[in-house]
Amino acid sequence: MDVRLSNEQCALRDAVAQLVDRLGPNAVRDLDDEERARKLDAAVDAAGWRDLRAEEEAGRPWASGVEVAIVAEELAHGAADSAFIGPVLAADLRRRAGIAAASGRETVAFGTDLMASARATGNVLTDPAIAVDAGESTSALVLTDDDRLGEVPLSALERAVDLTRGVVDLAAGSTAVPLTDACPLSPDDLVQWTALGLALTCAELVGVMRGAIRLARDHALNRKQYDALIGSFQAVQHLLADAHVASVGSASIALHAAWAVDALPPAEALAAAAAAKAYCARAAQSVCETVIQVHGGIGNTWECMAHVYLRRALVSTDLFGGVGANLARILEHEVF
Amino acid sequence: MDFGDSPTESDFRARLRDWLASNTPDLPASSTSDEYWAAQAEWHQALYDAGFFGLSWPKDIGGHELPTVYDAIVDEEIAAAGAPPRPSLGYLVQGILEHGNDDIRSRLLPGIVNGRDRWCQGFSEPEAGSDLASLRTRAVRDGDEWVITGHKIWTSYSDAADWCLVLARTDADVPKHKGLSAFRVSMRQPGVQQKPLRMINGITREFGEVIFDGARTPVEDMIGSPGEGWRLAMTVVSHEREPGELGYVARYKKAVNALAKQVRAEPNAYDGEQKRELAWALVEAEMLRCHVARRLSDRLDGISHGPEGSVDKLLMTEVEQAVGHAALAIGGSGHGGRDDSWLKVYLYSRAQSVMGGTAQIQRNLVATRILGLPS
Repeated sequence: MDVRLSNEQCALRDAVAQLVDRLGPNAVRDLDDEERARKLDAAVDAAGWRDLRAEEEAGRPWASGVEVAIVAEELAHGAADSAFIGPVLAADLRRRAGIAAASGRETVAFGTDLMASARATGNVLTDPAIAVDAGESTSALVLTDDDRLGEVPLSALERAVDLTRGVVDLAAGSTAVPLTDACPLSPDDLVQWTALGLALTCAELVGVMRGAIRLARDHALNRKQYDALIGSFQAVQHLLADAHVASVGSASIALHAAWAVDALPPAEALAAAAAAKAYCARAAQSVCETVIQVHGGIGNTWECMAHVYLRRALVSTDLFGGVGANLARILEHEVF
Repeated sequence: MDFGDSPTESDFRARLRDWLASNTPDLPASSTSDEYWAAQAEWHQALYDAGFFGLSWPKDIGGHELPTVYDAIVDEEIAAAGAPPRPSLGYLVQGILEHGNDDIRSRLLPGIVNGRDRWCQGFSEPEAGSDLASLRTRAVRDGDEWVITGHKIWTSYSDAADWCLVLARTDADVPKHKGLSAFRVSMRQPGVQQKPLRMINGITREFGEVIFDGARTPVEDMIGSPGEGWRLAMTVVSHEREPGELGYVARYKKAVNALAKQVRAEPNAYDGEQKRELAWALVEAEMLRCHVARRLSDRLDGISHGPEGSVDKLLMTEVEQAVGHAALAIGGSGHGGRDDSWLKVYLYSRAQSVMGGTAQIQRNLVATRILGLPS
């Protein structure tokens, strides 16, 4: 046992952090700066991070769950508005189905509760669906009723709850083209893929918490009231200390979930991921609420980045289920 | 980055598992009874004699000089076997290792590590809780001895202890943090009076008051230099805040396993709210296991104890109290003549946010030393 990141993993983390620092949004108005967002997106593309779960050889991906979690965490830390989780999950599905990578960018469509991937019967979507994290994607993968892959073409992106990651709403009855050379996914494949999705959303939430805490700390070291920095008041200090502690505990259990994706048997990986998701989801909501509180009136205005982090946390929480759904998974695995 | 075992770790785990299968005493799930504390010494010695205690410590004090992460394996296997946790005295060993001279280390540490000598820690006083440096116990030099006079309180295991690590004032003319020194003092002498305290869960063997009224200790039993007492105390408490040092992952995992077993046996007897508390306890205990693996791995580079110990302490507190809430939810409050052992686990959990430095003090430390907010 040695759970320190390797030198390569540290280098990957630093590379993502530097990129996001340079090209990520520093303020809410930066989210409308299309040229900046294009540069960020192109740089993420050039780095090849979205392809890390595509097949390297013999069905194995280029990188483990740990590396993609590292990238997801750092992108979320800087509220990066460039697709990552969606394309990574799509590439992982294609690898499991034994088919080549998509020609353009591709993401995954989920049911409207975001709990699981959308389903198609015959050639059409059974219910309304949402293609998530769909920036620059031309198609979204869905599962057919025999657990094969289908592809839904995507139209224009919409900005929804999460201001950093666009979605495309898909109506029931939308055409899903079956990928005929794809093998059906086994139950184990689907469990492992869900574990990967949970682990990635945990990493997202850890990044969101760290980014939001950094924002609030900076504010507490600049904002004065009663002729003193508000960060000198014990009431504010204790709020931020609790937030920091929650983020550290989350990082520890999220790291384990990321490792478990490829290292443990599927059911164990899913249990590890569910425990991490329940913990991180509860922590992230609380941390983001604290960060708004520390900002006072400013934190309740659109211009403050605090709600950008909260919104991103809410969507990452819903993807593959939040607190309740994952506590249920844990009880099922550990008790019943 | 690997949470899994190396081949050598895997062999060690198998050996430990085999040993635990035939050597696990039947003690309660947590520190809920006086018998538990009485039997702890026996367990410590058995664990030590079999080669499963003091794994990362130097060989000349009875350790094995193995990487720190072996303690994580011990905690996992102990919890899985339902065995009592490993003795929580790493903080004492670390404090003496860091501040004691060669003579002190070689005389004092082997008996602590092998479990033959039992120690308690005389830090807190009635008027010196969080503000420890204001303590009033005095040590006055008299020939080849120091004479100790003062009143210590909330001292764990004081009535079972052979020795006490006493923090006392040796110089009243310097600022309060600088006038303290540390001593080993025998608990078996006329100048030491014991007053057991009854904890809120009814335990009387764990917690006590100790009155030192002219107790004596030889000059060579001062640990560290005169005036080094505060720094030694800070070393001790920083280790006391670390669940990896204390072995508490095993305590929590064992308790949640027992609660899960109880619910599994009779699932329809428990409602959704009770099961939710259980699920949270499972999640929290798992979080701490992963966190301890991370912190013990960080120490593979060499020991570094900074303010992160306060983060560990707050996480450990959160876990213990979540387990306590699950114990209360599943076990009930024990009225009507029902078994009240889970109630005792719940009541005991309230101490975790106080012992070793209150949660409020830990938050102050996290805010100022880690987040860099103004103190």
